[in-house]
Amino acid sequence: MSEHQGTWWIWKVFWILLIITGVEVVLGIIKPEILLVQILGTSILNVIFIVLTLVKAAYIVQIFMHVKYEKKALRYALYLPTLILLPYLLFILLTEGSYLFS
Amino acid sequence: MASTADTSKEENHWSGGSRPLDARYGKLMMWFFLLSDALTFSGFLTAYGLMRFKYENTWPIAENVFTHFPGLEGDQPLLYVALMTFILIMSSVTMVLAVNAGEKMNRKAVTNWMLLTVIGGFIFVGSQAWEWYHFISGDTGAVETNRQEIVHVYNEEGERLSFSQVIHGMEEGHASNHGESFAKEDVLNALRKDQALYLQEPGKAGKIYSHEESVALLDEGDVVQGANMIRNEYGRKQFANFFFFITGFHGFHVFSGVVINFVIFYNILLGTYEKRGHYRMIEKVGLYWHFVDLVWVFVFTFFYLV
Repeated sequence: MSEHQGTWWIWKVFWILLIITGVEVVLGIIKPEILLVQILGTSILNVIFIVLTLVKAAYIVQIFMHVKYEKKALRYALYLPTLILLPYLLFILLTEGSYLFS
Repeated sequence: MASTADTSKEENHWSGGSRPLDARYGKLMMWFFLLSDALTFSGFLTAYGLMRFKYENTWPIAENVFTHFPGLEGDQPLLYVALMTFILIMSSVTMVLAVNAGEKMNRKAVTNWMLLTVIGGFIFVGSQAWEWYHFISGDTGAVETNRQEIVHVYNEEGERLSFSQVIHGMEEGHASNHGESFAKEDVLNALRKDQALYLQEPGKAGKIYSHEESVALLDEGDVVQGANMIRNEYGRKQFANFFFFITGFHGFHVFSGVVINFVIFYNILLGTYEKRGHYRMIEKVGLYWHFVDLVWVFVFTFFYLV
């Protein structure tokens, strides 16, 4: 980790994760009426939760698990299987799942 | 054709010594394990999503299920699980700090940060045990109809009542049953007496039964208190099954993580890595520990928030 001086970059990620979690919890408790509008088959609020979760996940993987500073080949070896298989799994589930009611 | 410099480079490439991924064996293997584990957890969470989608209208709303906070009375949705999330994130941070100190060969700092990581993980496992205890022992109690559907007791103001409140009255009863168990006959008699009480399915569009229908439902059905793999008072049986399975599997990961972290901590105390000349072991264990945190981020969203 020669790219880094000191530990400020760790605490920076800590605060980002903490603030995002805080925003999620506050939104989850008050559930603002305006965010309950339906979009993409769910509410805007749920879309916000999922996006915030992905942001948190990205920070943990990129910085804490150090993937950002790995060789390009290793980055691809880790990201490609996940980014191909998971959307595929979700796609199958959402498509086939919609037949449950027909 | 090729210059001498190129030939030597090619020879070098084929005779080994080239490191395309530039990662050591142990770290690479840890990554491959984590990748497969990530797919396993994704399988669980998507299966959970499918069941939830299937029973969309009567699926229990998490904030009505996980409402306890130690030392506080009444409904505290999300607070406890937010605290658990904070503990795990904090534990992840101390782990990065330990790895960072290890690279600088600062034995004292590694020892301290690693100890804090072990403690954080331990607190998290304890918190999960507390949550499981409350989930299993139950809260308000429910009626199971003879078609295996779960319905809850409500009063005319639309408040959900516990069996304790149904039988002992609103003043004397507790909002939570506090481990007291109630017989079907007592609940049935209390339900018959009070015309204002009725039964309703959980979820965002649960069916509402009239007072007469409610009495008939309980007469043919039974009372349920708490949760197990066969039935639970919160709603669909799949809800408790997925809760036990996903948080249990994650909790098992945390528990293994705490054990491994402790072994590493003990080795730091013994000076094993000092003798070895590097603290790379902490980096590998750190990857696992961050992964546990990563999974929790998703469990938190899909089990408690969405």
